[in-house]
Amino acid sequence: MAVDAETVARVARLARLRVGDEDVARLAAELNRILGWIDQLQAVDTEGVAPLDQVIPFARGWREDEVTDGGIAADILVNAPASAHGFFAVPRVIE
Amino acid sequence: MARTGRHKQPMSAPYLVNGATGPFEIVVGLEVHAQVISKSKLFSGAPTAFGGEPNSQVSLVDAAMPGMLPVLNGECVRQAVRTGLALGCTINRRSRFDRKNYFYADLPAGYQISQYKEPVVGEGAIEISLDDGTRRTIGIERIHLEQDAGKSIHDLHPSMSYVDLNRAGVALMEIVSRPDMRSPAEAGAYVATLRAILRAIGSCDGNMQEGSLRADVNVSVRRPGEPFGTRCEIKNVNSIRFIQQAIAHEARRQVDLIESGGTVIQETRLFDPERGETRALRSKEDAHDYRYFPEPDLPPLLIDEAFIAACRESLPELPDARRRRYEAELGLSPYLAGVLTADIEESLWFEHLLAETARRQGRAQREVAEKAANWMTGDLFAALKRLDRGIADSPVSPEQGAELLALLADGTLSGPLAKQVFEIMLETGEDPAAIAEARGLRQVTDTGALEAAVASVLAANADKVAEYRAGKDKLFGFFVGQVMKASGGKASPAMVNDLLKKALG
Repeated sequence: MAVDAETVARVARLARLRVGDEDVARLAAELNRILGWIDQLQAVDTEGVAPLDQVIPFARGWREDEVTDGGIAADILVNAPASAHGFFAVPRVIE
Repeated sequence: MARTGRHKQPMSAPYLVNGATGPFEIVVGLEVHAQVISKSKLFSGAPTAFGGEPNSQVSLVDAAMPGMLPVLNGECVRQAVRTGLALGCTINRRSRFDRKNYFYADLPAGYQISQYKEPVVGEGAIEISLDDGTRRTIGIERIHLEQDAGKSIHDLHPSMSYVDLNRAGVALMEIVSRPDMRSPAEAGAYVATLRAILRAIGSCDGNMQEGSLRADVNVSVRRPGEPFGTRCEIKNVNSIRFIQQAIAHEARRQVDLIESGGTVIQETRLFDPERGETRALRSKEDAHDYRYFPEPDLPPLLIDEAFIAACRESLPELPDARRRRYEAELGLSPYLAGVLTADIEESLWFEHLLAETARRQGRAQREVAEKAANWMTGDLFAALKRLDRGIADSPVSPEQGAELLALLADGTLSGPLAKQVFEIMLETGEDPAAIAEARGLRQVTDTGALEAAVASVLAANADKVAEYRAGKDKLFGFFVGQVMKASGGKASPAMVNDLLKKALG
């Protein structure tokens, strides 16, 4: 699978990354090199081998259902470019 | 209280939308989002309570601060598994979380942690009951666990949207049905049944107004016998009535579109209850490109047999089993059994009322069940509806209801007097015996007093007595009414009947 300029522009748009026209060709080439490595991996016969989700067998890492957090609205909002009345304030998102 | 509305069309006949070129069938599938009852969020220790100060129930995990890691809340897994078992579903011993990527102001991470390819719960089915008694099976495709997003508020500022992340990260179960429903009424019955089960097992409070239960509704139409048509998804409908209205309107729109030569395109729409229409969300071309991939911060979700057994063990009697028990053991009609098992709170109230009624009257539950059920579904439900209250804040307790039924059973109160006493109970919260005593509302069964009343009514209406004796039988009701009136409504109707028959004889 080869990545073309259109795909690069689309992925960038979905990720909200600003990519200038002059960068598209270079990024497409880089991405294609990465995909080339993936193609090498794909060449290995994995028939009958289960996908590996984790390297270290992990016992159940569940939390108890207890309230241990929250009550830090000021910390939550401290980096927000704008806030009002305890809310994040963002440019209006509906027409 | 969630009771499905009665639809105009009889449900035994298939529900069809009549177009100019012939009838169309509707196909409906539902994705119900049910908020899991838990104290803390799916992946953080922040609280889930409804209605807190903005952003006061948010952890750094929920706000997607860099370096924060999600840790799964075991209780949410337990509730999803219990729900799966209650819906007759398979439980997947191994499932996995995935990232669903999209960009919106109330989704701080830029992705929602959900389960895409390997959900925790697999296939099952529930049985629904329609108003005419028809029963149908609706398939469940899967249930997966996912995070809720935050809340955007658009009407507090002219040019800004405000974002509250209190809901961000709260656990949801997405319960996906098969496209097995064929009418608005079936969809309504499905959601009502599902809601009753979730409430009975305590995995979701089912509060549709607060958004704890909401549905995405998939609707398509086809000519009978043809393959499925293209569907549209109506997002986020939050009442059973609106779900039914949205389906009816959307089906009509699709039929009109097809008949005028158009083609249904797969899209997301919103239902506007005020205008009674669905309309397309202005969708961007990339809206459905979620680029799912496995969540690298969470290990696979592994569930063992002991965990499933404990979940199964913890399930209470389910509404359907309770309904069958009410029919078989208490001898209730399918209708009454259905009404009394639609909501767990109401079922428990009824059982309390029934136990108390049987105890007071020294009779078996089966012998008093129908009277108790009729009173509760009739007088009590009508009063609660009038007062706009649920059973949980009924002004009358089960004990008081049982006392009222006992006063009726032993003849202290007549039917009309019992209704008067009940009205006073609703207003004052007093016990019925005390009300009857204090206000002199006891039924008059003193033969002497009633005989005197009968005699004076007959004396005052000598002309009508003559007419009656000449064969005008209908006048009997008039005499009964007059005697009842003379007694201030307190005479025993049965005794008045007997005494009048004797006197007019």
